[in-house]
Amino acid sequence: MKRVLDTVAVAIAVAVVFPIYWMVLAAVKPAGEIQSLHQRPWTLAPSLDAFRRVLAVNDFGRYFLNSVLVALVVVVLSGVLAFLAAVALTRFRFRLRTTVLVLFLVAQMVPVEALTIPLFFLVRDLGALNTLGSLMLVHTAFTLPFAIWMLRGFVAAVPDELDEAAQLDGASRLTVLWRILFPLVAPGLAATSVFSFIHAWNDFLFARTFIISATDNQTLPMALLVFFKPDQNDWGAIMAASTLMTLPVLVFFLLVRRRLVAGLGGAVKD
Amino acid sequence: MRSRFTPLWLLLPAGIVLAALFAYPMYQLGLISVLDFTQAQVSGGQPTRFVGPDNYTRLLGDGQFWSVLLATVGFAAACVVATLAVGAALAVLLTRISRIPRLLLSLAAMAAWAVPAVSGSTVWMFLFDTDLGFVNQLLGLDGHNWFYGRWSAFTLVGAAVVWAAFPFVMVTLYAGISAIPGSVVEAAALDGATTWRTFWQILVPMLRPVLAIVVIQSIIWDFKIFTQIYVMTRGGGLAGQNLTLNVYAYQQAFASSEYGLGSAIGVVTMLILLAVTLLYLRTLRRSGEPL
Repeated sequence: MKRVLDTVAVAIAVAVVFPIYWMVLAAVKPAGEIQSLHQRPWTLAPSLDAFRRVLAVNDFGRYFLNSVLVALVVVVLSGVLAFLAAVALTRFRFRLRTTVLVLFLVAQMVPVEALTIPLFFLVRDLGALNTLGSLMLVHTAFTLPFAIWMLRGFVAAVPDELDEAAQLDGASRLTVLWRILFPLVAPGLAATSVFSFIHAWNDFLFARTFIISATDNQTLPMALLVFFKPDQNDWGAIMAASTLMTLPVLVFFLLVRRRLVAGLGGAVKD
Repeated sequence: MRSRFTPLWLLLPAGIVLAALFAYPMYQLGLISVLDFTQAQVSGGQPTRFVGPDNYTRLLGDGQFWSVLLATVGFAAACVVATLAVGAALAVLLTRISRIPRLLLSLAAMAAWAVPAVSGSTVWMFLFDTDLGFVNQLLGLDGHNWFYGRWSAFTLVGAAVVWAAFPFVMVTLYAGISAIPGSVVEAAALDGATTWRTFWQILVPMLRPVLAIVVIQSIIWDFKIFTQIYVMTRGGGLAGQNLTLNVYAYQQAFASSEYGLGSAIGVVTMLILLAVTLLYLRTLRRSGEPL
């Protein structure tokens, strides 16, 4: 029985990975095989032509850097702000604390997609249309509620006695915050970062709405759509670009796999 | 760290960001939805005019809105059910297999989870492409266009969504099941309970808090799917047959310059999800989770 289940599990794993395999395969297939009406699930003549087309002709490297820049700024800003807020919500008892907590929970549920219209006008009035800054700002805001909620569990897990002892030894509040709590919460921050990173990295809607004319400031999701053409899609280039877009997240995800689950557990249980 | 004002200072930065980019836009959304707000107002040619519930009455009297609303609910419901069924089944499967297959399956799921929505959409489009798609060539469906029919297009988008979403359910439920003491399940097995019965009568009740979170999160995610629909059906399908509320609102606003109408659709979406959220909060409180 166990052997049957093992086989089923491996078969499912193969099926789940298959689209990713197909994407990478199509990216390295020579142009002739991509156009073929008899696609084979392997290739004997892998080529990097599609990647060259994507990077050299369409300046994909620039969009890649734009995406990285936006995601990194969002991760750092959202991480720091969420850390401060999480400390306030776990280390202190104050009036309205529960109300604030519930507000953060509700904020996670808000369909931010519905806010595209007012945010478009807000960004326009700030003169920030077509800038990467507009994307950094909105995604910092969108990732905050979840980051705060998730970090709360990690801050709560650090024993109170630790910061009390440090204060007795004469450490200032700031020192306690940055020298004691921050390093201890770092693993939680790593898990939170993954979610913020992916949120910013994957964003298609706001990139499409805010970056209208400045093609230099496009991010990956929009740049990818360039290869869809009315007459004939350049599938090799589309798959190469998709692979480039997937790779960083995939590596990131598999590296922090264990922490991610632990972090989710923390956010779920707490 | 024990001053009265410290928590305020710590919350302030996050509070400012959320007030400016979350609360204020929500207020603005409501405001625009009761205004006459089209291209003329945006370019500053005409002053905005308060029209009260006009946008809403227009919406409610529009057959397409109801059709889109129905499609959104149906699509989200199908995605949620499929995601939960696949995720739960695989979570249980994970508990009953050897180490190596378990590792392989969780790595595969993690990989699918990590693929950005845009990349995932393009891959599924390529797999089901009319001429060059592997699926058509495999099934011998020469020249069959999957995006032509409303149902088959929705099904395909749904498959891409479930593929990307089941790992979250699987991983979370597996973590929950692993936390249940093995002795409970063993005792049930000794008493002669089948896997099916163990699942429904022991695991499900014990996992209720985790399940609630997974269900609500899935509902919220699937209800507001934008990227997959927009990319895979090229902005809502032939003659808008695959529109969902989010994409519909977007198209009304940014393609037809009907910002007031788009905002009204946004408000409707928000109200529906708010109702779901309140349900969630009630479940949380019932299960006695301290905040």
